[in-house]
Amino acid sequence: VSPQVNDAESTVSVEFTPTIPHCSMATLIGLSIKVKLLRSLPERFKLDVHITPGTHASEHAVNKQLADKERVAAALENSHLLEVVNQCLSARS
Amino acid sequence: GVKDGRWTVLQLVEALGFCLENTDPRMRGRGIQLLSQVLLQCYSLLQEKEVLHLVLFYESRLQDNHLVIPSVLQGLRALSMCEVLSPGLAVSVLKAIFQEVHVQSLLQLDRHTVYSIITNFMSTREEELKGLGANFTFGFIQVMDGEKDPRNLLVAFQIVRDLIAKDYALGPFVEELFEVTSCYFPVDFTPPPNDPHGIQREDLILSLRAVLASTTQFAEFLLPLLIEKLDSELQSAKLDSLQTLTACCAIYGQKELQEFLPSLWSSLRREVFQTASEKIETECLAALHALSACLSRSVLSSDSEDLLDSFLSSILEDCRHHLCEPDMKLVWPSAKLLQAAAGASLRTYHRITHSVLPLLLEQYTKHTQSSQRRTILEMLLGFLELQQKWGHVEEDESTLLSLQAPVCSVVFSALLDPSVQLQLVGIKALNVLGSLQGFLSSSDLEQVVDHLIRLALHEEDSQSSEAAMEAAGSLAPIYPKVFSGHMVPRLEEELQSEREESYHSRHSLQQRCLQALAAVSTHTSIVKETVPILLQHLQKVQKGTEARNTQDVISVCQSLHRVALQCQQDAEGCWYFHQTVVPCLLAMAVQAAMPESTHTLPGKALLEEEVLAAMIPVISAATTHLSPELAAQSVSHVVPLFLDGDVSFLPQNSFPCSFQPFGDGECLEAQRRLVALLMAFVCSLPRNVAIPQQEWLLRELLALSCSCNCPFTATTAAKCFAGLVNKHPAGQQLDEILQLAVNRMEPSLAEGPRRTQALTLLLWVTKALVLRYHPLSSCLTDKLLGLLGDTELGPATADGFSLLMAESPDVLHKGCHADVRIMFRQRFFTDNVPKLVQGFHGAGPDVKANYLKGLSHVLNHLPKPVLVTELPTLLSLLLEALSCSDRVVQLSTLSCLHPLLLEAPQIMSLHVDTLVTKFLNLTSSPTMAVRIAALRCAHALTSLPTTVLLPYKGRVIRALAKPLDDKKRLVRKEAVAARGEWFLLGSPGR
Repeated sequence: VSPQVNDAESTVSVEFTPTIPHCSMATLIGLSIKVKLLRSLPERFKLDVHITPGTHASEHAVNKQLADKERVAAALENSHLLEVVNQCLSARS
Repeated sequence: GVKDGRWTVLQLVEALGFCLENTDPRMRGRGIQLLSQVLLQCYSLLQEKEVLHLVLFYESRLQDNHLVIPSVLQGLRALSMCEVLSPGLAVSVLKAIFQEVHVQSLLQLDRHTVYSIITNFMSTREEELKGLGANFTFGFIQVMDGEKDPRNLLVAFQIVRDLIAKDYALGPFVEELFEVTSCYFPVDFTPPPNDPHGIQREDLILSLRAVLASTTQFAEFLLPLLIEKLDSELQSAKLDSLQTLTACCAIYGQKELQEFLPSLWSSLRREVFQTASEKIETECLAALHALSACLSRSVLSSDSEDLLDSFLSSILEDCRHHLCEPDMKLVWPSAKLLQAAAGASLRTYHRITHSVLPLLLEQYTKHTQSSQRRTILEMLLGFLELQQKWGHVEEDESTLLSLQAPVCSVVFSALLDPSVQLQLVGIKALNVLGSLQGFLSSSDLEQVVDHLIRLALHEEDSQSSEAAMEAAGSLAPIYPKVFSGHMVPRLEEELQSEREESYHSRHSLQQRCLQALAAVSTHTSIVKETVPILLQHLQKVQKGTEARNTQDVISVCQSLHRVALQCQQDAEGCWYFHQTVVPCLLAMAVQAAMPESTHTLPGKALLEEEVLAAMIPVISAATTHLSPELAAQSVSHVVPLFLDGDVSFLPQNSFPCSFQPFGDGECLEAQRRLVALLMAFVCSLPRNVAIPQQEWLLRELLALSCSCNCPFTATTAAKCFAGLVNKHPAGQQLDEILQLAVNRMEPSLAEGPRRTQALTLLLWVTKALVLRYHPLSSCLTDKLLGLLGDTELGPATADGFSLLMAESPDVLHKGCHADVRIMFRQRFFTDNVPKLVQGFHGAGPDVKANYLKGLSHVLNHLPKPVLVTELPTLLSLLLEALSCSDRVVQLSTLSCLHPLLLEAPQIMSLHVDTLVTKFLNLTSSPTMAVRIAALRCAHALTSLPTTVLLPYKGRVIRALAKPLDDKKRLVRKEAVAARGEWFLLGSPGR
């Protein structure tokens, strides 16, 4: 995971590398990173979470999903998905 | 009646005759119950004959209706406690029970009775029971077979343990006895909530383990069971098996283990290589250690093969190659396994290091990356540390000694590596090598010293340089000659060198030199060389004219302080240090304080407050550990110096003018400041050292503290006075001097130009008396409470409460032998907090804050457990304090509330509305510390019940968005933590 922060322009860009090209968790990992950032950063920041180019089979599809505000919001309405994301972000292991 | 002897048991039986012979089993039951109750109360009064008849009666009753049995057993229990029981009866009772009663169909309580009968007999009639032979064991096996209640199991396990420990005949029933106990392994028991018996899972585990590991006879059954459980999936079963295995190894020999070693090893290896749990890994290593120790212990008979050798060979075979693999994946688990086995005995150590150490050394040279080298060196270090366990290196066998040269070269190369991490491990290794006696040759030692000097002085990274100094300090006592011969002169040279470098680098080099000189002074012979160097340097620096002087003088003092602490434990070093340093420091200070020299600038540096403050700990540390005789000798010089100006004991004692710190006169201001040094000395003396002319000294100090205009001098005099008063033995003299103090304070407190000085004196004297529970302390505290309402002195008084409660660094603490009672803070709290609260309610609006501040200081220094129990009563006051505008009050209130939120959420949830509002307001306080504390409290709020918090969730999350963008990083960090936790509140997956 490698982040790039530009405070002046209020942008944060995070690049993460899934373990294997077919990693089925890639979307969940991306979503969790995104949600954690949404909760932890001031509103002024524009977020961009994407997969390191060339490290995942369906890289493009996942990136598109993560960039889509509507879909992220919809995902968090889904209580099952929210539960999984919260488990990822919970301090207690 | 039977108890007092008015009735005999016979009469009772006759009276009950009707009942006992009744045909209705219920009636009979009641009769026997009554009889049994009587017997339980007075079994000690029975005659031998009576017992005989009663036993026969009860035995026959065992065949009776099941309703009667419980009472019969009670009666037998009473009889089993009789001392006059004739021989043979115990056996017959037990036989009857084993034969007639089906124990497991009884209720828990009655089963317990049976167990207690057996226990009673076992403790008093051991010989008789042993006569029963294996039948007794068999009978007991039948009794306990199928037991389910944890209370009974604990007793039953104890009985089995006694059976084995006291060598009862087990006969052919070993396997049965094992079966009947091992069926509980591994224990799976969760005590029911609100269990009144308080039996924990751990109790059962331990007591079962004691049974299983009590005899080698169980080995052939137990070991397969342990291996099976170790191979299971359940974590707790694995842990329990490993711990039991470790316990077994204490008594097993190689005969028992032989058959199972290969499978035990493969299970252990698998667990260590694969497990994710640290606990299991630790237990595996402990088990392996125990196994190897057990094998090394067993005496070898000449014909059998050496089990230990083959066991170690298989370990080596399985682990060695992992050490060589380039990706270094299983390196650590392998190294840990090897180290666990090597640590078991000297033999295992030789066997393993013989094979592993050369390999590691070879690997070190093969790998070039410093991170890999570090891993290898760390493993090497692990093996070297094990060698320490066996003491000195034995010359004939040690593989280590033969590898001395390569080991040294590897360690030295690590020290030269640019990677700090590798250097640190290298320094650690050096430490271990040095502590192995006879390992390092003298030329190696010189190299070691060179490396340490280079790292300590010239290494840029402060971590390495500190580690090198520490290492020098711990090695110096082992090789004092080498260090005093090589290191000290080199450091001295560097310290005095005036090379043409930039000022900055020379300055930092000098600092390092001073630190290193202090660090290496861990042996008396070295102290005797370093102290003169430090003092000489101090002389030089204080004469200099540069602006940085003050800082330099302070660093020398810090080094001296470190040396003083290091030689406190050693009587000779301590006295040397005291004799050398204290007069020298006093002489320099007196010289500097002479009227003439105050005109010129140099010399002044020594009189700066900071410098004097740095000298205080040096003198104090040099004094606290003196023996009373030596201290008395020293005190007879120092006190006259201050009272009479007797300078004769100081070196270079030709001063142009007399020294009169307590005299009157404008020009003596500088001399008065030296009272600080007097304080450092007299307040650190052991309590049993008499101070000459103490009354006079106290009067002078009192006068000085009340009349001096310089706050530093006045405060020091007050502290010195307080320190002496605290140690003064109780009695008329003390009362007189205290009365005098009160008389001087009162008028100046009331009005006049020196109210602050009087307040300081009052605070310090109060502290001295509060610490020793002196009766006058309450009167003085009341005076302080009164002053809180004073508009001028109120705030200072409130701050003074923190002085009262906190540990003071230089006087009135345990280290300098002050009279400090335990729990004085709690006592102060209970005595004075109600008055504070009352005062708060009665106070005018402009001084209310003072009371809150005082209160929060008291609460802040109270131990947390006490705080949590006492706080609920003060809660409303604290909530009010949150609205107070004083940030000290805000901060200490928040830090009081924080533990309360975590530990008493129920009480706090009553005030959730106020708390949320106040915390959120404070997150935008202008003070960073307050913002952080408020965010922490907001975070802690989440431990309140979720239902209470949910209404506030949206509001809090919105409000916490603002501190996310705070300009301070620490604030942002807290905000992120708090906000994240609030997001999780009440949502799924928390």
